[in-house]
Amino acid sequence: MSFGAITRTTLAKDIRLEWRSKDAINAMLFFALLVVVIFSFSFDPTAEESRRIAGGLVWVAFLFAAVVALNQTWARELRNQVLDAYRVSPAPANPLFLAKAVGNFIFVCVLEAVMTPLFIIFYKLRALGPGWELIPIAALGTWALVVNGTFFAAISIRTRAREIMLPLLLFPLSIPALLGMVNATTAVLTGEDSARFWIALLVAYDVVFTTACLLLFETLLEAE
Amino acid sequence: MKRGFSILAIVTALLLSFGLYAALVIAPTERTMGDVQRIFYYHVPSAWTAFLLFIINFVASLLYLIRKNIKADILAQVSAEVGVVFCTVVLVTGPIWARPVWGIWWTWDLRLTLTLLLWLIYVSYLVLRRFSTSGQTPVLAAVLAVFGAIDVPLVYFSIWFFRTQHPSPVIGGGGSLDPGMGRVLLINWAAFLCLAWLVCWTRYRLEVFKREVDEAHALQLLPEVSR
Repeated sequence: MSFGAITRTTLAKDIRLEWRSKDAINAMLFFALLVVVIFSFSFDPTAEESRRIAGGLVWVAFLFAAVVALNQTWARELRNQVLDAYRVSPAPANPLFLAKAVGNFIFVCVLEAVMTPLFIIFYKLRALGPGWELIPIAALGTWALVVNGTFFAAISIRTRAREIMLPLLLFPLSIPALLGMVNATTAVLTGEDSARFWIALLVAYDVVFTTACLLLFETLLEAE
Repeated sequence: MKRGFSILAIVTALLLSFGLYAALVIAPTERTMGDVQRIFYYHVPSAWTAFLLFIINFVASLLYLIRKNIKADILAQVSAEVGVVFCTVVLVTGPIWARPVWGIWWTWDLRLTLTLLLWLIYVSYLVLRRFSTSGQTPVLAAVLAVFGAIDVPLVYFSIWFFRTQHPSPVIGGGGSLDPGMGRVLLINWAAFLCLAWLVCWTRYRLEVFKREVDEAHALQLLPEVSR
């Protein structure tokens, strides 16, 4: 099978599994909703204040919620030794990684699409800068979280306390990406600065870490 | 080898005591900050030593990924451990110095933030080594170390831009260092490097023994299982 065919098959399988069980998406949605409500109660912001803090709140909520989906990425494959089967099969490792990362990307994007209107209502948001820029920012930021998250989830399944291990590994490394997303979003919402530098930073982050993941994933998968 | 170790230990002890004397007595008193500034002779050498150890960790991790050499793995582990200790010294002495001079314990300045993030990255590296249940811990750890190292430039640029947008507090940087101070600084750095080397050496030998014991233990269990 070719690279593309393996990617498509794995991705279709993951989406079908998620469509039927809705494990990850339900947990993520409810978790993100709780974060929105709790933040709203604890800060009680006015429209002006919320424009300054919303960038941070949105992304922190998505970051925490994304970990729920990321944790399930490989845990699912441990049952029935699917990962071992994959390891002994002649299929290359990278399509598997890419399919998992794209799958997580789709799940987190669905989460964002559902949660963003809620954020707008609860925090009375209105962008003062160019609002369309939020779409590339969201796409780049989500990929930044998901590509490293998928990779580190493959590390954290080999540890004790694996659910807590993933954020411990992922968050310190994600700080530049998080700074990029939060500041780009805030720049657009307040309309004070240009978001261009932060978008460039996100692009650089995505390119560097996607390359690193693809280069090292085979080593990681074979290490057992 | 034992002899070399003793010599290094003696040299380290001498250098450290002379460094302390030099920092407290020989070095000229700074004009505006006064005696508080003498913490500089411990703060800066610790930082340089920590960064050097993190570079060693990166090189050793890469070497392990390429050659699968077990010695490189031990070196990576040891340098990360000792590096985190020195980095902790930096993060503790920094606020002690900052409080009387800047009037604040901490500020999200470029260098402070970068050091803190380095500390976080390498602590997560050590946590992974501790929590891993896989027989391939070295590979997982080496991969994480490589990721951590490529993250550093990105962290640098992001914080640099983040901070330059806002007014940053005045730091005693810029300007030139008094040659008397520079000499004391270098003596102390040499002392700290020797200390780091000594600790790494000890830790390295301990780790080699530990792995030998683990291996012997595993071998001892083998016949019992097959019997």
